[in-house]
Amino acid sequence: MRRLTIALPYLWLLALFLVPFIIVLRISLSDPALAIPPYEPIWSKTEGLRDFLSRFDIENFLFLTEDDLYWKAYLSSLKIAFISTLLALLIGFPIAYGLARAPVAWRPLLLMLVILPFWTSFLIRVYAWIGILGTEGYLNQVLLGLGLISAPLQILNTDWAVYIGIVYTYVPFMILPIYATLGRIDAELLEAAEDLGCSRIKAFWLVVVPLSKAGVIGGCFLVFIPAIGEFVIPSLLGGSDTLMIGKVLWEEFFNNRDWPVASAVAVILLLLLIVPIVLFQRNEQRQRDAA
Amino acid sequence: MRSPSWFNVTSLALGFAFLYLPMLILIVYSFNGGRLVTVWAGFSTRWYAELLRNEAFLDAAWVTLRVALISSTLATILGVMAALALVRGGRFLGRTLFSGMIYAPLVMPEVITGLSLLLLFIAIGMDRGIGTIVLAHTTFSMCYVSVVVSARLASFDRSLEEAALDLGASPAETFRLVTLPIIAPAVISGWLLAFTLSLDDLVIASFTAGPSATTLPMKIFSSVRLGVTPEINALSTILIAVVTTGVIISSLISKQAIARKARDERRAAR
Repeated sequence: MRRLTIALPYLWLLALFLVPFIIVLRISLSDPALAIPPYEPIWSKTEGLRDFLSRFDIENFLFLTEDDLYWKAYLSSLKIAFISTLLALLIGFPIAYGLARAPVAWRPLLLMLVILPFWTSFLIRVYAWIGILGTEGYLNQVLLGLGLISAPLQILNTDWAVYIGIVYTYVPFMILPIYATLGRIDAELLEAAEDLGCSRIKAFWLVVVPLSKAGVIGGCFLVFIPAIGEFVIPSLLGGSDTLMIGKVLWEEFFNNRDWPVASAVAVILLLLLIVPIVLFQRNEQRQRDAA
Repeated sequence: MRSPSWFNVTSLALGFAFLYLPMLILIVYSFNGGRLVTVWAGFSTRWYAELLRNEAFLDAAWVTLRVALISSTLATILGVMAALALVRGGRFLGRTLFSGMIYAPLVMPEVITGLSLLLLFIAIGMDRGIGTIVLAHTTFSMCYVSVVVSARLASFDRSLEEAALDLGASPAETFRLVTLPIIAPAVISGWLLAFTLSLDDLVIASFTAGPSATTLPMKIFSSVRLGVTPEINALSTILIAVVTTGVIISSLISKQAIARKARDERRAAR
């Protein structure tokens, strides 16, 4: 019984997670071919191991370094993810702080209100912003109506719309870990700092900020990591010049039908993610050790 | 405890406005009578009626529902097994690889998961359709289920299981009568999570669906690319209403369970 409990999920993940990934790696190292499927065979029965290894080539990866589209896409994914993470922190921190300082009886309800959007469809939450940000959208109507602007702002189909979309969909991931660390801070510490002559703002900087560091770091990674590989947000809210690597991979695969290059893009995207993931794990581990 | 300052109240109010206004606008404008989505032309439920007559949407909804029901159930079974293997399995060959494979899909970009699964299905010559979407969804949701369930498994008192074994219960009976009731809330929320993940997924389904099957998110995505339409507003409102009701009901149930547990404990203490 114990064996089956281990073996069944184990084999499932080997077959449907690890093997597919090895196939991606293999195809990223093979030549494109005008066939169905459009790449050279992974393995032909007649060849030996030596021939098999000799067919590996890094041409697709070299191609990625030659065409500056890919460089730009990787860099701009990092940039967009970074700016969105900062914005999410700016918006998420005050909300988490407000939650942690709210009356105890209110907290479960407020917390549920933060989590609820996470359960509703991601696609719909992104879609909602198309109607708001468009040149004839609700935001422009309001701003024009108030006389704040004289001509509609172009926000939809720019990088700004992508930032807004990422912040909107991922801000709960920022709020929850920060709230978790803020909730552990003893309110008496703040009072003690004030009794000792700190101003409210100084007490905040000296007490709250250092103690919430782990939550801030955790929240930033939880926004940053998925934002890098994001596809839906840049393709619905971004413009044709918004480059993100998830979108490039999709287009390489579905529009250009270049599977080897799409696979090479996927491999490099993963390499790009390893550093933040390892840092995130280390932060989590430290927090667990501290608790 | 200090009374809430104006700063905290404002930041919460603005924060919740940011989180909820976009969806509220969507809901309000789904009852707009006109074809122009940004101009209010009086209250009407016309687009809901139109949506219910749209065969393509209904078909896609039916596909999505079937995929979500099957994949979340499979994912729950496999995820509970994986959690038992991780928390109760002791040492076994390749344990590190196993836990790595449980956590990796949680951070893997969807485009990569989708691409790699599609390449697998093509390499083994599998016909793509509902079956392949179910396999794909089961694979990533079982990891979420396993994380939720192993947290619960790790935190409960093991001596309860040991007591049952000492009193002569078989390991299977112990699991059914002791372990399962204790982890049940986590199993249910794992199932709900797997179900919503499947309902919601666009990217992985687009890669693995093939030409014969279209899920609701795929259908929404292809029509949303052309801009805002009143039918999609109506559809979104229905989906938001379903999810909100589900979340409220499940939180009421868990609240009741907590209250019942507290009552039982008080009674036991007497």
